[in-house]
Amino acid sequence: MLQVRPKPVSQQADLLTVDSLRVSFGRDIAEKAVVRSMSFSLRPGRCLAIVGESGSGKSVTARALIGLAGRHADVHARQLSFDGTDLIGLNDRAWRRIRGNEIGFVLQDALVSLDPLRRIGKEIGEGLLLHGAVSSREELAQRVIALLKLVGVPEPEIKAEQLPHQLSGGQRQRALIAAALALDPRILIADEPTTALDVTAQAHVLALLEETKTRGKALILISHDLAVVSRVADEILVMRGGEVVERGTAAQIFKDPRHPYTRQLLDAVPSGRPRGSCLSPSTIVRSPHRQTQPPVQSLPKSRPILLEATSLVKRFNGPDGTLRAAVDGVSFELRSGETLGIVGESGSGKSTMARMVLALDEPDEGAVQFAGRPWTTLAERERRARRRSISIIYQDPLGSFDPRWTVGRIISDSLSSEVETRRKRQERVIELLDMVGLSQALLDRRPLELSGGQRQRVAIARAIAPDPAVIVCDEPVSALDVSIQAQVLDLLSYLKDHLGVSYLFISHDLSVVRHISDRVIVMRRGRIVDSGATEEIFRNPQSEYTKSLIAAMPRLVRDEQIGHSATILEEGIA
Amino acid sequence: MSMFAEVTMSRPLKEVLAIVRHVPFRVAVCLIIIGLFALAAMAPKVLQTHDPLAIDLRSSLQSPSIEHWLGTDQLGRDLYSRVVEGAGQSLAIGLGATALSMSIAIVFGAAAALSGGVFDSILSRIVDVLFAIPTLLLALVFVTVFGPSVLTEVIAVGIGTAPGYARMIRGQMLSIKGTGYVEAAKVLGHPFSRIVWRHILPNAMNPLTAMMTIGVGQAIIWASGLAFLGLGVAPPAPEWGALLNAGRNYVIYAWWLEIIPGLAVSAFALSVTIVGRHLQDRLEGKR
Amino acid sequence: MTLILTTRNDAVKTIANHPIIWFARRILSGVAVVWAAATFAFAIQCVLPGDRAQIIINVTSGNVGPASSAELAAINAKYGFDQPLAVQYGKYILRILHGDLGESYQQHRPVAGIIAEQIGPTIILAIAALLIAWIIAILTTLFIAGRDNIWSKLLNDTQVFLATVPPYWLATILLVVFAVKLRIFPVIGGNSPIGLVLPTLALALELSGFFGQVVQNEFTRVLEQPFVTSARARGMSDFGVRLRHVLRHAALPGITLSGWALGKLLSGAILIEVVFARQGLGGVLVAATSSRDVPIVSGAVLISAGLFVVASVIVDLTYRVVDPRIKLT
Repeated sequence: MLQVRPKPVSQQADLLTVDSLRVSFGRDIAEKAVVRSMSFSLRPGRCLAIVGESGSGKSVTARALIGLAGRHADVHARQLSFDGTDLIGLNDRAWRRIRGNEIGFVLQDALVSLDPLRRIGKEIGEGLLLHGAVSSREELAQRVIALLKLVGVPEPEIKAEQLPHQLSGGQRQRALIAAALALDPRILIADEPTTALDVTAQAHVLALLEETKTRGKALILISHDLAVVSRVADEILVMRGGEVVERGTAAQIFKDPRHPYTRQLLDAVPSGRPRGSCLSPSTIVRSPHRQTQPPVQSLPKSRPILLEATSLVKRFNGPDGTLRAAVDGVSFELRSGETLGIVGESGSGKSTMARMVLALDEPDEGAVQFAGRPWTTLAERERRARRRSISIIYQDPLGSFDPRWTVGRIISDSLSSEVETRRKRQERVIELLDMVGLSQALLDRRPLELSGGQRQRVAIARAIAPDPAVIVCDEPVSALDVSIQAQVLDLLSYLKDHLGVSYLFISHDLSVVRHISDRVIVMRRGRIVDSGATEEIFRNPQSEYTKSLIAAMPRLVRDEQIGHSATILEEGIA
Repeated sequence: MSMFAEVTMSRPLKEVLAIVRHVPFRVAVCLIIIGLFALAAMAPKVLQTHDPLAIDLRSSLQSPSIEHWLGTDQLGRDLYSRVVEGAGQSLAIGLGATALSMSIAIVFGAAAALSGGVFDSILSRIVDVLFAIPTLLLALVFVTVFGPSVLTEVIAVGIGTAPGYARMIRGQMLSIKGTGYVEAAKVLGHPFSRIVWRHILPNAMNPLTAMMTIGVGQAIIWASGLAFLGLGVAPPAPEWGALLNAGRNYVIYAWWLEIIPGLAVSAFALSVTIVGRHLQDRLEGKR
Repeated sequence: MTLILTTRNDAVKTIANHPIIWFARRILSGVAVVWAAATFAFAIQCVLPGDRAQIIINVTSGNVGPASSAELAAINAKYGFDQPLAVQYGKYILRILHGDLGESYQQHRPVAGIIAEQIGPTIILAIAALLIAWIIAILTTLFIAGRDNIWSKLLNDTQVFLATVPPYWLATILLVVFAVKLRIFPVIGGNSPIGLVLPTLALALELSGFFGQVVQNEFTRVLEQPFVTSARARGMSDFGVRLRHVLRHAALPGITLSGWALGKLLSGAILIEVVFARQGLGGVLVAATSSRDVPIVSGAVLISAGLFVVASVIVDLTYRVVDPRIKLT
C-alpha cells in the first residue's frame, strides 16, 4: 500500500508546468509524434480546456500527464513538473503515488470506464484502499457514501451496492468523478466527461465540475466540443495536429478567433446559426453539368403528406421482466419537401419509432401510411417494391456496409434494377459520388479504408441512389467531428434543395436539429411532449421538459441568451 | 455479372491466392510438411527406403538407426516406410470424415440459422442433444452398430464431429444475419434469397474455409484415436491408427513404435492447424 | 412460459424473475435433453443391422452360426423384441425412470451396475484434469498474457501445440519419459494418488491448450478496456490490475467452455485410461464396442448426456455468480 504524503499548503504558484511536451509512438526511425509541442501551466482553482477533433493529440496529452500514454510512448519535454516534482522519467512506483492521490483522472463513457462486474462502492473505494487512506471497513464505507453525496448521486447507500449498468448515464459519470476525487487530488483531469451523456445529464456533470473548481481544485478538461467547455473553462487551448493553434479565455476565443482553424470550428457549431446557412467552408466542387435539377422552390402548406403515423405503440420486455412501452401513442406527419426533426434523449423511443417507420419492426398498435397508402399493415411481399422510396442513413455507417464490398459496389447495389447496362450503372455511380463530393478514385476502396466523414458520404450516396422520397436520418452526424459534421449537414441541405427529398431527422443534439429542421417533435419516454415549427419550439417551448432541454443546451458565449431559467430535469432511468 | 460468377470468383479464392504471396516462415514450413505428406499419400515409393511389408525377423525391434531411420517393429519391418505407406489411407480417412462432417454441419447449421423460428428451434435442439454426447462416445456408438471398418471409421468421425461444427456455423450465420448490412439490404427492398446469396453466404465462407482446414487435422486425430483403441482398420495395413494400436504393447521397450506414428499424426495435424489459423487471421484481417 | 404482466405490478414482476422459476426451467430443458438422448439410445438399439435376437445369441455364445428358431423366440420373448416398437419404447422409458438401463448382451448384468462400478475413477480423473487445466490457464494468463515478450509468444505456441496434438500421444510420451525412463511415477498406477498424476496431467495439458487460448484472447482484449485505465489512474499496479480486474472478465468465456470441456474430457479419459491401463469407463466402453454390446454403449450415452446437463446447469449458475449482469432468462 502506498503511503499518503502530507500535502503542502496550496500556494498560488503553478501546480502543473508543461513546456514543449512531445509524445511519439513507434520504435523505428519513422516515429509519429502525436503531440508535437504542448506548453501550458495550471493553477489551483482554475480550469484549462484542451479542445480539438479526433487525432489532434488531446487525449494523449492528458494521459501523458499521469504517465499512462501507453507502453510504447516516448514522452519528452523541456519541463513537465507537478508541484516541483519532475514527472519525466519517473519510475512506476513514484507514478503510482501520484495517480489518484495527487492527480485524478476521469474518462468518458462510464459504462466501460467502471468495471462492469464490480459494485460502484468498491470501485470508488479502491483508490482509498490502494493509498492506505482508511483504517477500517466502516470508515471506507462512510467515505464512499460521503463521496457519492458530494457528487450528487441520489440514495448513495443503495447505489453504492449496485453495478454500473444499474445506474443512469449521468449517475455513472458522477460516480466515476467521485472515484477520481476520493483522495482529494489537487488536479482533476477529465477526458471527454460528457460525451456519452444526454443533454440534461451533461449539464449536471458540467455543473459538478464547476463546483470542484470552486473548491480549489485545478481542472483540465478535454473535449471536442467548444460549447461544452465554454461554461467551465478559464483558459482554452485549441489543438490541432499535436500543437496548440490558439489559446485564450473563452470570451477571447469566441469573440475574436485569430487562427483560421478556430474560426472554422466556431463556424461549424450549429447553435445560433441561422437555418440554411452554410456551416462549413464550401470545399465541394461539383461538375456543373451533372446537376440533376435546379433547387426546388419551397411551396406553401398544401404539400402532400408523405408519411402519416397514427397512434404508434411498441412494447418491449424490459430487463426486469415488465412490459414497457418504448413508443406510447405517437402520431405525426411528414410533408413532401420538409425536414421533420425528432429530438429526444436516450430512452425516448426515437430509434424505435424510426424502425417502425421503415417497417423493420411491426407496431403493436397504430399504423404508418406512406404516400397515402398503407405501409406497416402490408405484407412484406407487397411492401418490398415500394421500399425503394424510403432510405436510411445510420449513425455508424460502417456496420451497414458489407465489409467485403467496394464503395462502387455498395452504391451500385442500391441503384434501381431498371438501369440495365453496366456502363450506365457505372456512370450513375460516379454521378452520385460527385453529388456527395467524393472523387471517383474511391470507387475501388473498401469502407474500412475511408475516414468517418467519407463513409457517411458513401452512406448518403447509397441512400439517394434509388431516388427515394423520404430519407430517415438516425443520428447521422453524432459520431462525427464538428467540422465534418458541418460538411455533412451542409451536404444534406444541398441534397434536399436539389433532389426534393424529405428528411426524418432524428438526433439528441438540439442545436443540430434546430439548424436543419423545418418542424420539430420532442419525445420523452415514448410520448410526444412538444411539436411544431422549429423556431416556435425553441423560442417558446410549451412543456417543462422541452424548457429544461433547451436550458441545458451547451451554447457558445457569444449566442443570444434564450433566457429560460428552468430547472433542468435529470432522467433517472435505471 | 451473374450472381453465380460473383460468388465463386469471390473473396476466398482470390484472397487465398493473394495470401500465398506473403507467407511467414512458420507457415511456409508447415506447407512444406503438408506437401511431403501429400507426396507420401500419392506416391509413397518416392519417399520410402524399404518395402513396408517386408518381414525381417533378424532386425526386429531395433531402435532408430542409420539403416532404419525410425526403427523397426516386432516383425522387423521398417517403421519409416510403413508410416509413409500409411499416409495415403490416413489422409483419405481424414478428408472423407471432414467432408461428411462439414456437409452435415452446413446443412443443419445454415438451415437452422436462415429459417429461424420454430424450424431453427427444432434443429438446434437436435444438434444440442448430439452435442451433449462426447465426440468419441458418439463415434463409438456408430462403430458398435456397424462394426469396425474403414467406412465406419469415416462415418463415425464425421458424425461425431458434426454437431460441434453445426453449432459454430449456425452461430456464424446468425451473427451475419443480424448485421447492419443485412438490414440495410432489407431496407433497400432486396428479397431474402438475394440477401442470402450475396451477403450471408459469401461472408460465412471465410471462417468456414479456415474451419475446414483445421477440421481435417482434427478428423485424422479422432480417426487414429479410434484405431488406437482397436476399433479401426484391421492389420497388416500400415494405416497410422493401426500402427498406433499395434505399438501399444511395445511401449515400454520399443517406444518408437508408438510415438513415431503419433508424431506423424501430430505433425500433420499441427501443420494443417497452423496453416488454417493463418488463413483465418489473414481473411479476418482483410475485413 | 409467458406471464401476462401489467406495468406496475411489482409482485408479478418478482415472481417472473425468481431464481426458482429459472431453475425449474433449466431442469425441464435438461430433462428434455436427457429424454432425447434416451430416445437416441433406444434408436441405436433398434437400428442394429441384422436381427437383434441373433446378435445377442452370437455375442453370448461367441459363435456366429445361425440359431434355431426356438432359441430366437426365447430371446425375443425375454427381451420383448416381438412387441410393437411403440410398446418397446414405452417400456424402455419406464425402465429408465426406474434406473434400469437394460442388460448387457455379453455379461448379462444390469448395465447400470456395470457403469456405476467403473465410472468413479473416470469422473475423478475428469474433474482433477479440469481443475488442473484451470489452474494452469489462470497462472499462465496472470503472469504471461498480454505482454509482448518472448515468453508470451512461446506460451501461445505451446498452447496451440497442446490443443492440437492427439491426447493419447501426449499421454504416451509422458508415460515413456516419466514412468519408463525416469521412473518418477509408476507405470501402472492403479487408484493411488500418485498413479493419478500422469494421467491427469496428460488430460489437463490438452485442455489447458484450449482454455489458455480462449482465456488469453479475452484477457488481452480486456486489458485494453477503459476501466482498466481508470484503475491504473487510481494508482493500481500492473499486477493488481491483472489480478483484481481483468482476470474475472477473462475467466468468463472459460466458464462457458467448461460445460463443453467435460465432454471433451470424457472422450479424452477413455483414451488416457487405455494408455495408462487404468480402471474406468474407458475400458468398459472399448470392450463393449468391439463386442457389439449395444446396451452398455447406449447406456453410457444416456449417462453422459445426463452428466452434461448437470454440468451445464452448474456452469450457468457459476457464470451468473461471476457476472451479475446476465439476467436469469
